[in-house]
Amino acid sequence: MGNAAIELIGIDKSFGSGHANRNISLKIPAGTIHGIIGENGAGKSTLMSILYGFYQADRGRVCVRGEKAKIETPSDAIALGIGMVHQHFMLVHNFTVLENIILGVEGHSLLGSSISKARSELQRLERDYGLEVDPDAVVEDLPVGLQQRVEILKALYRGAEILILDEPTGVLTPAEADHLFRILRQLKEEGKTIVLITHKLREIMAVTDNVSVMRQGALVATLKTGETTVEELAELMVGRRVLLRVEKGPSAPGEVLLSVTNLSVKDSRGVTMVDDISFDLRAGEIVGIAGVAGNGQSELLETITGIRKAVSGTVTLDGRPIDLTGAADPSELRARGLAHVPEDRHHMGLVLPFDESENSILGYHRQPKYAKGLFLDMDAIRDDAVEKIGKYDIRPPDPRLRTANFSGGNQQKIVLAREMEQDPKVLIVGQPTRGVDVGAIEFIHKRLIEMRDRGKAVLLVSVELDEIRSLSDRILVMCGGRIVGERDATATEGELGLLMAGVDEKEAAE
Amino acid sequence: MSAPYAKLPAWADYGLIPLINVTVAFIVAGLVVLLIGENPFRAAVILVDGALGRGQAIAYTLYYATSFIFTGLAVAVAFHCSLFNIGGEGQAYVGGLGVGLVCLAFDSVLPWWLTFPLAIIGAAAFGAAWAFIPAYLQARRGSHIVITTIMFNFIAASLMVYLLVNVLKPAASQAPQTRTFLEGGRLPKLNFLLDAVGLSVRSSPFNLSFLLALLAAFLVWVLIWRTRLGYEIRMRGHSPKAARYAGVSETRIIIITMLISGALAGMMALNPVMGDQNRLQIDFVTGAGFVGIAVALMGRSHPAGIVPASILFGILYQGGAELAFEMPGISRDMIVIIQGLVILFAGALENLFRPSLQALFAGIRPAPVGIEAKQGERV
Repeated sequence: MGNAAIELIGIDKSFGSGHANRNISLKIPAGTIHGIIGENGAGKSTLMSILYGFYQADRGRVCVRGEKAKIETPSDAIALGIGMVHQHFMLVHNFTVLENIILGVEGHSLLGSSISKARSELQRLERDYGLEVDPDAVVEDLPVGLQQRVEILKALYRGAEILILDEPTGVLTPAEADHLFRILRQLKEEGKTIVLITHKLREIMAVTDNVSVMRQGALVATLKTGETTVEELAELMVGRRVLLRVEKGPSAPGEVLLSVTNLSVKDSRGVTMVDDISFDLRAGEIVGIAGVAGNGQSELLETITGIRKAVSGTVTLDGRPIDLTGAADPSELRARGLAHVPEDRHHMGLVLPFDESENSILGYHRQPKYAKGLFLDMDAIRDDAVEKIGKYDIRPPDPRLRTANFSGGNQQKIVLAREMEQDPKVLIVGQPTRGVDVGAIEFIHKRLIEMRDRGKAVLLVSVELDEIRSLSDRILVMCGGRIVGERDATATEGELGLLMAGVDEKEAAE
Repeated sequence: MSAPYAKLPAWADYGLIPLINVTVAFIVAGLVVLLIGENPFRAAVILVDGALGRGQAIAYTLYYATSFIFTGLAVAVAFHCSLFNIGGEGQAYVGGLGVGLVCLAFDSVLPWWLTFPLAIIGAAAFGAAWAFIPAYLQARRGSHIVITTIMFNFIAASLMVYLLVNVLKPAASQAPQTRTFLEGGRLPKLNFLLDAVGLSVRSSPFNLSFLLALLAAFLVWVLIWRTRLGYEIRMRGHSPKAARYAGVSETRIIIITMLISGALAGMMALNPVMGDQNRLQIDFVTGAGFVGIAVALMGRSHPAGIVPASILFGILYQGGAELAFEMPGISRDMIVIIQGLVILFAGALENLFRPSLQALFAGIRPAPVGIEAKQGERV
């Protein structure tokens, strides 16, 4: 295994009253893939930000290749051969791949020489690691998988020997993720050290040599991946036993509550995002829509819930049509029993600067029980919020706290509590567990199954295939705005993955 | 991930930070005074004494503050909807037309206490109407409200000059102004309030509209934080997507917010037109619409901050006039510079001192969180 590429000794970091990293000591051997897992807020990103020079540790030392390192800015980290691929890509969209790669290391005010140097260097990297990408393509025209490759190339171009990847697979199809893992193994064979931050246990098992588990700012264990199990890691992450599989009985579908017929939607640029989609949603079933992000799922949800206009088609809710010309008022649809947990919790589902109690009535604020004439009934709103906080175990239990100060899982619970407690007939859910920790995921999944068992119709859109497969009674796969296939809950991941990638149904069957 | 800094307690957020910002603005202004060869400490003493030293001075200070409260509230209401209404100047000017028309029509037949409510309606309606066009263009056509409202300031100025010169001027007069209002078009002075606390005021423009301004401040607080409309305004202000999701029509809420904002700006005209000059004359707004922006920024769009910020600017206006009189080296422009510095530090550089202050507070109150996690054995 050789020497440690990175050694962290007694790293401690606090933000105000939050203790993000407590006395963390960790050795990452050179030439290995090291996974770091933990729930959101466990301190993984903080630790990596310290390593990459975004933050300074309050206490503790960082050693790189056995020597004490002073990393005060990302440039210090780059100089030490540390590269980082961020969860949200740091690319200039209207630049070409080459321009992005030399950004910040141009070397000369005239670009010509550095471009040609970068071009030959890029060819070498391509050859060595199998990282093919057209150097003259404009970044915004590339699929996300390739954009990520550009990020990796950027780091390698800067001489990275140690590569940190922060949640790299969130935006990838299963096939793209597999490809990424192949690249990572190749990089390892070339002697690079890779640190992989993720909350997906499967990825840890698939690709890492060692794994460190973080919980509430502390490093609770470092294990050899080969000697541990998914169950053990989950338990270490959460601090208690977790049910990874959702337990649910067979579904008993009843009448059709939501019916979508030949629906087409265009976005503001006039590009067709939803293309002639039809399906039914029945009482007492969960229908999952699988697909890589950006294949029309968001537009479909927003159209059904009255936020976006349709070009053509009809949608009926409980037998009565929804006005799809844009006149459909989301609050009218709510009154008719359509609840919506939106994909974009931060901008749509919640107003982050609002108090928790203010968010717990968002969209239902015109209901008479929350109002005294033109005024808001502050007492009723607070009592209502306190009740939901108790029922959904929202922490901290403070209705007057700014919503931005809740963790992702608790923010999602605020949205779910609001939408589910209205006792809707149809629940439309987008990415219910995105950015949500394992403990809360279990809770949210249980609630969704409960809704189904109470005879509600649930439409679930998620980019997490595991989630779709474990919750849904039927699975529709979207690709390029169309429904390219329907499967039942027994569909394998590979089968769905092919459909998601747009491989023809017949080919997929072969 | 945790927020990088501790949240500040409300008193520091709304009290300490503006105080630091204003102090720094004054220090920099002092340096400017030093640079032109005057003694900044003497200038400060003259300014404060000129604004607060005597009953007379206080009355003038409060008279100016009255105008700023109205325009500050106007800007603040729009801010809550994430709209930058830079057209308070024009809305106040046109609001004056509403006041003037009501007073000219009724001053000979009604007592002031009947003209006053009509004039309030006139001021609010004309101010709101002037804000409506930019609001409609923003809501329906996406024309940026900063551009349209500032253009409407110029249109308002031209319109009022035309009306005063060609329509409202009495036939024999040379001055571009209306006739002087009779008793029914004049607001009572509030000098007696200051007299009652032992401050003698000979004559001042301090009038009843000050109390109306305080009432407006309270009503704006109720509107923003206690009504459904205010909830929807703030929702749209923080997150247009969330508002759409919640079924709040963006068009409707933008127009309503701008109508309220314009009405508040228009009501500013009551103070000079009905309370002091008792006639409608050219350029009576004298920049109060723009000061309103500084006041709203400094008061952090909260009525409880806007009232003291308005009084501070009242002090600057009144004290500045005295200063220009006492120290010939310092012209009125100096006051404009101080205002500019306050805007710079309270608005544009509002977050200049926040991070260090947050770090300071975080250091003072470290609170333990969570449980101790056990260290893994198999490391």
